[in-house]
Amino acid sequence: MEWHNQLAQYLVTGVTTGAIYALAALGFTIIYNSTEIINLAQGEFVMLGGMIAASILPLLGVPLWMAVIIAIAAATVVGMIFERLAIRPVKNPSVLNLIIITIGGSILIKGVAMLIWGKDDRPLRAFTSTQPIHVFSTVITPQSIWIMAGTLLAVVLLHLFYEYSITGKALRACAYNRKAARLCGVSVERMVLFSFGLSAMLGAFAGVLVAPITFTSYDVGTMLGLKGFCAAILGGLGSNPGAVLGGLVIGTLESLGAGYLSSGYKDAIAFSIMLLVLYFKPAGILGKQMEKV
Amino acid sequence: MKRDWLIWLGAAILIFATPSFIKSPYFFTVLIFIAINGIVVLGLTLLMGFAGQVSLGHAGFFGLGAYFSAILTYHYHFDPWIAMVLALVATLFIASLLGIPTLRLHGHYLAMATLGLGVVLQIIFKEEVELTGGPSGMGGIPYLKAFGISFSNDYRFYFLSWAFMLLLLGLSINLVHSRIGRALRAISQNQVAAGTLGIPVSRLKLLIFALSAGYASLAGSLYAHYMTFVSPGPFGFMASVKMVAMVVIGGSTSLWGALLGTALLVSLPELLTKLQDYEMFVYGIIMILVMIFAPKGLAGMIGKVGSLARIRLKEPNAGTG
Repeated sequence: MEWHNQLAQYLVTGVTTGAIYALAALGFTIIYNSTEIINLAQGEFVMLGGMIAASILPLLGVPLWMAVIIAIAAATVVGMIFERLAIRPVKNPSVLNLIIITIGGSILIKGVAMLIWGKDDRPLRAFTSTQPIHVFSTVITPQSIWIMAGTLLAVVLLHLFYEYSITGKALRACAYNRKAARLCGVSVERMVLFSFGLSAMLGAFAGVLVAPITFTSYDVGTMLGLKGFCAAILGGLGSNPGAVLGGLVIGTLESLGAGYLSSGYKDAIAFSIMLLVLYFKPAGILGKQMEKV
Repeated sequence: MKRDWLIWLGAAILIFATPSFIKSPYFFTVLIFIAINGIVVLGLTLLMGFAGQVSLGHAGFFGLGAYFSAILTYHYHFDPWIAMVLALVATLFIASLLGIPTLRLHGHYLAMATLGLGVVLQIIFKEEVELTGGPSGMGGIPYLKAFGISFSNDYRFYFLSWAFMLLLLGLSINLVHSRIGRALRAISQNQVAAGTLGIPVSRLKLLIFALSAGYASLAGSLYAHYMTFVSPGPFGFMASVKMVAMVVIGGSTSLWGALLGTALLVSLPELLTKLQDYEMFVYGIIMILVMIFAPKGLAGMIGKVGSLARIRLKEPNAGTG
């Protein structure tokens, strides 16, 4: 293959993984906006989505779409339970303490998943045929198209929800100023609960979409979550469009880097980008101006 | 302050008396790991409890110490002590590079930056096969020697590792009770107020962060010369998380908490080897419960019991006075 053929192939792969990072990044952004917490358990929701779908599909014998819906719903419930049991009861809710709790939550969820499902990789059937589509000399798998379309749909729905629904507006009010939102009658506690549910839902959706391509196991969440986190920082922590942009950029650069530079350092690319962003433009591409001490 | 030094003295006596009544070599191995991990956790406690920042990449600094020592002594035949100092200098430099931009920002940007650095470092340890031996690691690291004694067995290394621990503990006690320590506590209470009082907030936070990375580097060098073998396994993100767990469970506002937390979490898996699969689950649940019910950790709980006891003791006198 010539280099430009390869380039197209790498771009397709990059946008596919980038879409997954974008969904994970959106999860970080949603929780960060309503609480300032960096939810390091975000990746575990991605894992839960894939694992639940992969395990109930053969177990219950339901159609794939139903397994997907059940998996996303279950992960959403886990996210809300986590907020209710581990975040809300904290008496001294400094942001640092809450971040540490999310780390505890992350290894707890991972530990439970390992006890339930063991350490083996699990496959999930592709949504539709596995017959790759050829566009000129570039190969696209149908699952890639599902991932891109699914992410696009999620982003559009999320945007509409934030712009037009009353709950979405309340969430935005919380992000802007929690005290003022409370004075206007927004129940901040409910919004925090809601944002944990929402970001678990997006995470699980990402997990279900990606499972047919990469397989899934109890420990896939950490890396996916952390890369989503890099994406959120690149885009500007707190900005939804930034999270999507950050995800796509990181996915693409990772794929290009793995292809043209070194596949061994593939996983280091996202983190190096994050370090560069923190160094030179900590507000990210679309973030608010940073407050200096 | 006096009380801290009394406990320090007690700990020192206990540590140097232990070998006279316990002979099991396995026991020494566990104690050595408590000392090595304890040094890292001590530094992290200074950072978390006294500067109010968290590092999610301390295993990376620990790895920097270990790999610098290993590479310099094995490939370039440096004296282990000189290698240890060079490793320390290099780690301090890297930590400062990371800390200077991020500690100026309001919020928890250090957590993110250290997390990124930690992951990148572990990948470098895995990928630079010619220097580091790659995923399978590198052996043949020489033992430490001093005054004609080679620290080649558990018994001797036990004294060496705990001597380091006591030394750094003493340094930390001094620091905490110094002008800098008071300034740091002011920062962790209220950064803006501390700044208006003329405390150089970002410079002090940088100092304490570099110091805690330096502790980790020293512990890493000790680890390399104790094991005489290093591989990327113990220097990943999960290891960093475990170190944070040790601080949290021990209690981040007390230096003694660091020792307690480390002792508990290092010996727990040794006691429960059959329950290895439950390790993550147990860590997670303990971390959450401690943060919710006892944010000052074990040290805070012991302190609370102590002050309750004191109140009880004083009560009978209250009526007569």
